[in-house]
Amino acid sequence: MTEVAPKEPAIEVENLVKRFGDFTAVDHVSFQVERGSIIGFLGPNGAGKSTIIRMLCGLLTPSEGRAIVSGIDVAKDPETVREHIGYMSQKFSLYGDLTVMENLRFFGGIYRVPRTILPERIRFAVTMAGLEGREDSLVSTLAGGWKQRLALGCAILHRPPILFLDEPTSGVDPESRRRFWDLIHSLSEDGVTIVVSTHYMDEAEYCNTIALINRGRLLALESPTTLKKRDLGGDLLSVECPDIGKAISLLEGQPGILDIAAFGNAVHLLVDPAKVSCHDLEGRLTTAGIPVERIGSIEPSIDDIFVRMVGENSPQGGAG
Amino acid sequence: MFERIIRILVKELLEIRRDRWAMFRLIVPPLIQMLIFGYAATFEVYHVNTVILDRDHSQESRDLISHFVASTRFDVVKIAGTERDVSQAIDDGTATVGITIQPRFAAFLLKGEKAPLQVVVDGTNSNTALIALGYVEQIAATYSASQGKTYATRIPGGITARVEDLDVAQRPWFNPNLDGRWFFVPGVVGTLSLILTVSLTASAVVREREIGTLEQIMVSPIRPYEFILGKTIPFFLIGFAETALVAVFGVLWFQVPFVGNPFILMLGTALFLLSTLGLGLLISTLVRTQQQAFGANFFVSNPMFTLSGFSFPIASMPRPMQWVTYLDPLRYYLVVIRATFLKGVGIAVLWPDLLAMAVIGIGLLTLSTLRFRKALD
Ligand SMILES: Nc1ncnc2c1ncn2[C@@H]1O[C@H](COP(=O)(O)OP(=O)(O)OP(=O)(O)O)[C@@H](O)[C@H]1O
Ligand SMILES: [Mg+2]
Repeated sequence: MTEVAPKEPAIEVENLVKRFGDFTAVDHVSFQVERGSIIGFLGPNGAGKSTIIRMLCGLLTPSEGRAIVSGIDVAKDPETVREHIGYMSQKFSLYGDLTVMENLRFFGGIYRVPRTILPERIRFAVTMAGLEGREDSLVSTLAGGWKQRLALGCAILHRPPILFLDEPTSGVDPESRRRFWDLIHSLSEDGVTIVVSTHYMDEAEYCNTIALINRGRLLALESPTTLKKRDLGGDLLSVECPDIGKAISLLEGQPGILDIAAFGNAVHLLVDPAKVSCHDLEGRLTTAGIPVERIGSIEPSIDDIFVRMVGENSPQGGAG
Repeated sequence: MFERIIRILVKELLEIRRDRWAMFRLIVPPLIQMLIFGYAATFEVYHVNTVILDRDHSQESRDLISHFVASTRFDVVKIAGTERDVSQAIDDGTATVGITIQPRFAAFLLKGEKAPLQVVVDGTNSNTALIALGYVEQIAATYSASQGKTYATRIPGGITARVEDLDVAQRPWFNPNLDGRWFFVPGVVGTLSLILTVSLTASAVVREREIGTLEQIMVSPIRPYEFILGKTIPFFLIGFAETALVAVFGVLWFQVPFVGNPFILMLGTALFLLSTLGLGLLISTLVRTQQQAFGANFFVSNPMFTLSGFSFPIASMPRPMQWVTYLDPLRYYLVVIRATFLKGVGIAVLWPDLLAMAVIGIGLLTLSTLRFRKALD
């Protein structure tokens, strides 16, 4: 493995475009990823996260623009790039009819891990995935969290300096997600650059940089802390009440209400502080027969920023 | 390089071993199909190339020949001068049937005795031969019936019964008992191995595409040819074992003789498998799902079967269709397999067929390796 010069970013993307026929799945995206950092791709379904990752792995050819991974232009020399990267595709992909050990040996083999060091790497992967004692179990019999960690283990057998993880934690329980993120962090501490896509907003907080993607466009590229400090253009209020749907239809589009969205058992409202106050809102809801359990001003979470920005980027435009 | 090919090969064999139904699927259907084909097949035949030797030179013998010439069943391609000409024509394939009208044919007929007529057929294609023999008998019977009438009018009182039959002495070569199965069983071996290996290879690659492991393999530094070799070698071995199984079964069950050189058959089988594996891989680069692969296999195997000469004689096809058959590896394999089973013919005769299969096989494998790009678009 050739070492990348320390100052050089691990990934450089410039005006990357991918079109499928008339449809533009990725629309002039540019960013850089520092070595050893974690970048999280955040975006709704169909945003283009997987398409960007696939272009960076050399699985899809960009329609326009450039992607430099580990100092190499992916479109020009995908084979060399492949020696520097690990990839976990969105669709879970190990062989269910093979055992843990057989999968590890297979992937170690095709990734050209030298025969002499493969057993040690396999042992490391097994320990990391917490699969000691289950080496001979068929993969199809393992629970989701284990499969995910084993897939990660397979993807890093060849010690790639850059790792692409496409929604690695989708569909696993919270405890397994937490364990998975611990692994991601320890890899990052070892200097591995990690590109990870996710649907879970709470996971975004674990990243050094967040790339907010919607409809093929990069809406924001910053750290979770700066992202959270973004000026939403109003005050954010949270209202807890029994009938959320009714509350939303009552308040939507009213003067002073800039944006409104449901978050679990609460409604988050972006309001113009000059026109709307908590007291005023509570009054309106109670009059309409909706008892208010709790109301108050809150700090925006990444979720709120995300919903707001995606709303502004949607064809119907941001509400308010 | 070998390391990675072997990794894929081992993985492929492990997956087949884990699949509880794999062995059943590989063994039972081919044997059942072999039984069905072996027992069920007969066909009609037209325009059988025929050579006739007239050693009587009488009005009656010329009359009988005109019956054969008039028939759509037979194409009289040659009137032979000597017995040797007849065997020559059959040996070099000019004719499938040789009819010899023996001396004193007319004399016997006039006396109302059995008139000697000798028929020689190339029994290699015993189905054609068997059916052709039936037609010879029919024509002879019609002829003698009409002769009977002629004599009946000439000699009042009628002696129809006494001239009713010509004595048709059959002497088929190569396949002395004219067992239709002898012709079919070797053909079935080729056909089954075509269908089986094409579908196994195609679905083995497409399945990986479906479950997503192919995407994972594509981002590894593996080379396309390494992947393709690792994927095809197991099916080459399976195809080979399968062919051997079906062939041995045919020999034991249907008592089909095997007079040729098994090594030539093995060489032919290996070359044939190159084309079927190449075809399977090519299909896998063109389709997305196993269902599509199944459809494509059906779409390709059927014409290959039809154009191979397995059931419909290539010589009876329209010209352009005959040219297309040259692209069909099964056509050559059937020649090799029938020739080794029934005739014991060697490389000296079969090399063009072996060469043709090698060219088609290498062509298809190269094409599919080039088409197998490590990309999703
Ligand atoms: N091969 C393809 N051909 C045509 N359209 C495609 C292709 N691959 C992806 N798309 C489209 O491009 C868009 C972006 O897809 P992509 O898979 O990158 O989204 P995503 O952000 O990963 O979504 P998800 O969260 O659902 O995985 C989608 O609308 C998808 O339908
Ligand atoms: Mg995706």
